[in-house]
Amino acid sequence: MSASQKPIATGSDWNFNDLERFNDKLAALADEYRLNTYPNQIEVITTEQMMDAYASVGMPVGYHHWSFGKQFLAVEQAYKRGQMGLAYELVINSNPCIAYLMEENTLMMQVLVMAHACYGHNSFFKGNYLFRTWTDAESIVDYLVFARQYIAQCEERHGVHAVEQLLDACHALQNYGVDRYKRPSPISAEEEAKRQDEREAYLQTQVNMLWRTIPELPGNATPLPGSLHSDDDPLGLHSGGNYPPEPQENLLYFIEKNAPLLAPWQREMVRIVRKLAQYFYPQRQTQVMNEGWACFWHYTLMNRLYDEGDVDEGLMLEFLQSHAAVINQPDFDSPYYNGINPYALGFAIFMDIKRICEAPTEEDQQWFPDIAGTPWRSTLEFAMCNFKDESFIQQYLSPKVMRDLKLFLIVDDDQVETLVVGAIHNEQGYRRVRDALSTQYALSVKEPNIQVVEAAIRGDRSLTLHHIQDSRRPLGRSVYPVIRHLHELWGFPVRLVSMDEGRVTHRYRWPVEEESKDKS
Amino acid sequence: MTYFIDRRPNAKHKSAVNRQRFLERYRKHIKRSVEEAVNRRSITDMERGEKISIPTKDISEPVFQHGPGGARNIVAPGNKEFLPGDKIRRPGGQGGGGGAGEGSASNQGEGDDEFAFTLSREEFLEFVFDGLELPHLQRKPLKSLEEIKMVRAGLSRDGVPARISITRSMREAYARRIAMRAPIKRALKEAQQALEDEERKDTVLRNPARIVELKAEIERLEKRIEAVPFIDTYDLRYHQLSAQPQPSSQAVMFCVMDVSGSMTQNHKDIAKRFFLLLYLFLEKHYEKVELVFVRHHTAAREVSEEEFFYSRETGGTIVSSALTLVNKIIQARYPAEKWNLYVAQASDGDNWDDDSNTCRDLLIKQLMPQLQYYAYVEITPHDHQSLWHEYQSVAEHFPERFAMQQIVGAGDIYPVFRELFKRRLNQAR
Repeated sequence: MSASQKPIATGSDWNFNDLERFNDKLAALADEYRLNTYPNQIEVITTEQMMDAYASVGMPVGYHHWSFGKQFLAVEQAYKRGQMGLAYELVINSNPCIAYLMEENTLMMQVLVMAHACYGHNSFFKGNYLFRTWTDAESIVDYLVFARQYIAQCEERHGVHAVEQLLDACHALQNYGVDRYKRPSPISAEEEAKRQDEREAYLQTQVNMLWRTIPELPGNATPLPGSLHSDDDPLGLHSGGNYPPEPQENLLYFIEKNAPLLAPWQREMVRIVRKLAQYFYPQRQTQVMNEGWACFWHYTLMNRLYDEGDVDEGLMLEFLQSHAAVINQPDFDSPYYNGINPYALGFAIFMDIKRICEAPTEEDQQWFPDIAGTPWRSTLEFAMCNFKDESFIQQYLSPKVMRDLKLFLIVDDDQVETLVVGAIHNEQGYRRVRDALSTQYALSVKEPNIQVVEAAIRGDRSLTLHHIQDSRRPLGRSVYPVIRHLHELWGFPVRLVSMDEGRVTHRYRWPVEEESKDKS
Repeated sequence: MTYFIDRRPNAKHKSAVNRQRFLERYRKHIKRSVEEAVNRRSITDMERGEKISIPTKDISEPVFQHGPGGARNIVAPGNKEFLPGDKIRRPGGQGGGGGAGEGSASNQGEGDDEFAFTLSREEFLEFVFDGLELPHLQRKPLKSLEEIKMVRAGLSRDGVPARISITRSMREAYARRIAMRAPIKRALKEAQQALEDEERKDTVLRNPARIVELKAEIERLEKRIEAVPFIDTYDLRYHQLSAQPQPSSQAVMFCVMDVSGSMTQNHKDIAKRFFLLLYLFLEKHYEKVELVFVRHHTAAREVSEEEFFYSRETGGTIVSSALTLVNKIIQARYPAEKWNLYVAQASDGDNWDDDSNTCRDLLIKQLMPQLQYYAYVEITPHDHQSLWHEYQSVAEHFPERFAMQQIVGAGDIYPVFRELFKRRLNQAR
């Protein structure tokens, strides 16, 4: 390639003209690599606007809630005290794909960010199956506008306090507002608004249907469903089946459809929080892949720019320094260690896949017979499109990467006096380390598994949830505040039972009563 | 396809609403911190924000989480010496300290148990005054004392030696010397020329008598030139000053407070806010504001701010002792011609019955004529006592400059303050 050409721009100052020319160049290169992207909308913003964007999780429009204010104060404080630099970029999964560039960035940073966000993340959003299935890039911004307006209206009509309380409760459960296995219906602001009245009316009748026949049982002597003797219930009114017939993992959905006392506007707000949680659901599961993919592409594209003489050595050196900082993985015993750096792990795996394709070793032939020696571009594309962190690591984490990062497995069992090293990066350990790392990224392991098992529609209307313990891990102390919020939404007693291999280990209940205290 | 948008000119403070919501929600916590700050800080030190800390557990947003315990596998990078089966002692002794998979729970990092942030100055003051809207503290045309200030106003021929303008005097002397020497020098030149002509003549034609005459003349003229003085009294110039009236830029604020046993710390905290507000107001108006703290029970004493607000005393109450002391301090240190005098008095209304008359007389005859303003607040939910009634008659004498109000709780302070100053501001316009 001809390095004789003059660089597009040098130094650290930038202007819009330079950016456009770099972007044109990057777009051409991305095209060459067949990166499929949404159109880009690149917005140049100030530091303060970046902090705003941070506080609203990058949403260009968000509804108002104190927790975002808290977030903002935290970011501002950390930034002012110099504990934290702001991220150089923020990118939103929408169509067009919105990327923020901070005005303080140097020229190199702006180019890097464009390569990273506008071509890396952007193509990931468009290609990865989780994003394609769970989010709707076309309508997210419209939906956000709708949500903001709707919640503002509710605040006017029902008071800020009532709305805030409801949002608090919903936020506590938002990680349990996603259908994990079922493709959700797409969202559309327009239709949401159009069908809203209809839905309100319909939902209310549904709920009423469900609860209509329930007799108010007096006092605390309420028996649990199914526990009535046939003598007391000759007509068998209480002996119907369980409701819901199957355990429900989507708590917010269950609340929205079944909570007996919520007003229609409250159901609508539960729905909004649920929809937004669903929008973020893929991001929580693809951090390693998403960042790794973006790093892989900024690295590839920047090198191409240099090869073609569009940037000079100075800019390239600055880039390499910055790149090295981003993908740095401190060792577990380093004071800077803060878990595994998703940028480092993702970048390492993608680079390694490319290596396996181009120059497979004997080991690779053995471990990855299906990809060794294949064209790297399409192999990489397949890896990006069809996996989430959990499965991606399981599929592609190679012995070489494990050796490079010197990954090892520690088993922390409270029944054993010490921590035990379970496996290390050697022939016997590769598979165990890989399994463990993969599991570490599984949401079902990261978050407690909690499902609704019973709403006592024939009894005291209490809601029962089961927590299925994973490796005997109990719930943290936050459980009471959360079930209190759940109780606010449900309106009747809430029970939560921790189960370990079919054995009840702990019962939680809100409102707290003597009964539950005795048992715990 | 790419669009570039420059959003920098867009509205900032997008999070302002959320920030306010947050402050509103944690009002109680923040108020506690602010109250502590107010009690800790001096009255003169209110013009800055405050760092607020709230325990993280009070503001956390709960979600279901794994607690410590059970078994978990952790994959970590950077193995150096471990082999499978190695046993490692638990760090910190508790189960599962380093759970790497749980990062999503606290995004504040570092596991601080305090959530800290900074209130801006406005927010701080808002909390100090219980969320009541603060007045826009501007330079209002409050009538203030005229002070005579001497300004330089050209030069004059007489004055005291201390005000001599040396340059100007020397310049005058130089001019005078030139003027006085010029005719003599001219005559001298003519004489010298004549002498020269005479001496150049042939010896036969010379007139010795003329030469002698000329020489004498030259000598006389040279003496005259020397006699011109280097500097003369006429030359002296003095800076001249003229008197100009100017609004005085200094004020002194007397904080007078009853510290007898009946004043509780709560009363004092309310009083502190009252003094503070008055101080903020004066500070906007005057370049220099001095504070004098006078506290009294049966006897009055001038004290430091610290002692003023926080030391406890008991005993009866004689208000006139404080008024007398204020008067004395004014005579001694703050002459009324030079200082704008303000007195702010806070009390719970107790006084010896006999003393209230004395107070009234003291105020009407001695104090009020010197003062710009006298503000009295009575912090009590109860009925007024004799002091209030006597003060009412003072207020009748000086409706413009004497104000009195009753306060029950901290929230009443600002309305009272507005009430106190409203009339004055209108009248001054």
